[in-house]
Parts: sequence; C-alpha cells; structure tokens
Amino acid sequence: MPNFQAQVLVSLRPSVLDPAGEAAKSASNRLGVPGIKKLRIGKSIALEIEAPNESEAKKRLELLADRLLANPVIEDWSLEVKPSL
Amino acid sequence: MAIGIVVFPGSNCDRDVRWATEGCLGYPTRFLWHETRDLTGIEAIVLPGGFSYGDYLRCGAIARFAPVLQSIVDFVGEGRKVLGICNGFQVLTELGLLPGALIKNRDLHFICDNTLLKVSSRRTGWFSERQIGEEFSLPIAHGEGRYHCSDETLLQLQEDDSIALRYVSNPNGSVADIAGVTNKEGNVLGLMPHPERACDPITGGIDGRTILETLLT
Repeated sequence: MPNFQAQVLVSLRPSVLDPAGEAAKSASNRLGVPGIKKLRIGKSIALEIEAPNESEAKKRLELLADRLLANPVIEDWSLEVKPSL
Repeated sequence: MAIGIVVFPGSNCDRDVRWATEGCLGYPTRFLWHETRDLTGIEAIVLPGGFSYGDYLRCGAIARFAPVLQSIVDFVGEGRKVLGICNGFQVLTELGLLPGALIKNRDLHFICDNTLLKVSSRRTGWFSERQIGEEFSLPIAHGEGRYHCSDETLLQLQEDDSIALRYVSNPNGSVADIAGVTNKEGNVLGLMPHPERACDPITGGIDGRTILETLLT
C-alpha cells in the first residue's frame, strides 16, 4: 500500500487575538528588523500515512485535522498531501 | 454515593479538590483514573485543574479521548453533575460538552491571583443559593483562561442564560467577562476560577464551598 506525506497547517482564526504573535512582533522591532506589519503564530504538523490511494489518504487526514489537530472554534487548518518518494 | 475526581497524567489539582470535598466538606470522594470506564457509585464528577497530558497540542485536546470521558459523556446524558475546573473546563470545551474555547491570556502572562466574581445566572442549581450580581472571591491560576466563542455562540449563551459567572474586573480578556458557563441542561459547569482552593479557612476564604456543596445536593 502506498505511503503519502502530508502537512497540516493550523492557524488561529483571523478574528482571534494572538498575544504570542503580538509579543513576537514587538520583539522583531527590538531585534531591529523594521517593517513587520503582521505576525501570527500557528502550527505545522508533518505526517506520513499509509492508504490505498491519495483521495483516501486525504479523507482520513481531513478528519484528523478537523477533529484533533485543530479546534474549529478558534482555528483554521489547511492540508497538503503528496505521494512519498 | 461519592464524588469522583478524574486523574489524568498531568493533573495537579486533584488532591486539592479531594481535600476540599472530603477534608473540608466531609463528602465521600474517590479518584477516577483516566483509563477507567467504571463510574459505579459515583454521584457527581469533578475534572480538576492541571496540565492533562502536558497540555500537548492544545489544553484538553488529548484528554478528550481518555476512556473515562467516554463514560462521562453518558453520565452527563443521564443528567448527572460534572464540574470542570480550569484545565477541567478546557477539557469540557474540547469535548463539546460546553461551548467555546479557552486560549492564551490577553496580556502575556500567567495569572495567579484572587479575583472578584459576580453571579450572572441563578438558573442552575450551582448558584441558586446566591443572588444575581452577588460578588465573591476565588483564586485563579491560568495562562490559557481567556474564554472565546463566536458571536452566535455568545448570543446563544445569553439566550439560554448559561453564563454562570463573570469577572468583576476582567483579568484575561475573556469574551463578555466570562469566568464560567453551564450547558443548556444545567448539569455541567465549567469554571476557570478554583473553588477548591477556597474551602479551608486556614488557606484564605471559604467562598468556594457552596459550589462544591451543590455536587451532592
């Protein structure tokens, strides 16, 4: 059965205040890197999955992202899947 | 009949709750290991504070899948009482037994303090002994206690009269000053403040007692 590599990106919904992002943004000024207009912190989750085909892999990973990796009350997520080399 | 206190790996207020319910109030109390499914003889359940499963992924996100919680969902369906305190509140929102979510405090710090609260609803048994607007003080101790929900959920909470407690002076940026909510049925209560830390007069105040007393009444 083929393997697929996947990445799930989890970000706070735009309407949710991100104090950690704000803190990092203010630190970027102190580092002397000017011009940072926006900084929001999320998560990247790397996965490898064995599945009969890519659409089945995607289906399982969407369930995982929606029910475990992200909390839809506060977070959005996106998924990329590709065959393992 | 006893009060059950769920113990997850990383719970750290489980013994404080036991001291409050058993030591201060004299109620029979048992620990419930997170892997059990057996709630025989348990009348009410407390999900205590702490860092269940290290707070990995998100606070309460992994605890939600503990075997004991499968049984607690049925327990709640039977109309029995469940109180989630701090991390326990986070677990209840992740599980979907309470609406909303608890996220990082607005002001970049962990808050450990006594905080003034006011009763916002007397609809459920938890606060029926108090008056609307009545103020009392409980300790809070959290880094991720900012209650967040959508505008629609907030309207629903208001419509259902499910906002149980509000902060008098909002310490963490919570929507609508929310410190505690109940489910629509009223048998599940989630609180960020710690009533179990305000039950023994020698450690400062007994304002938390009435909340824990309602577990067995």
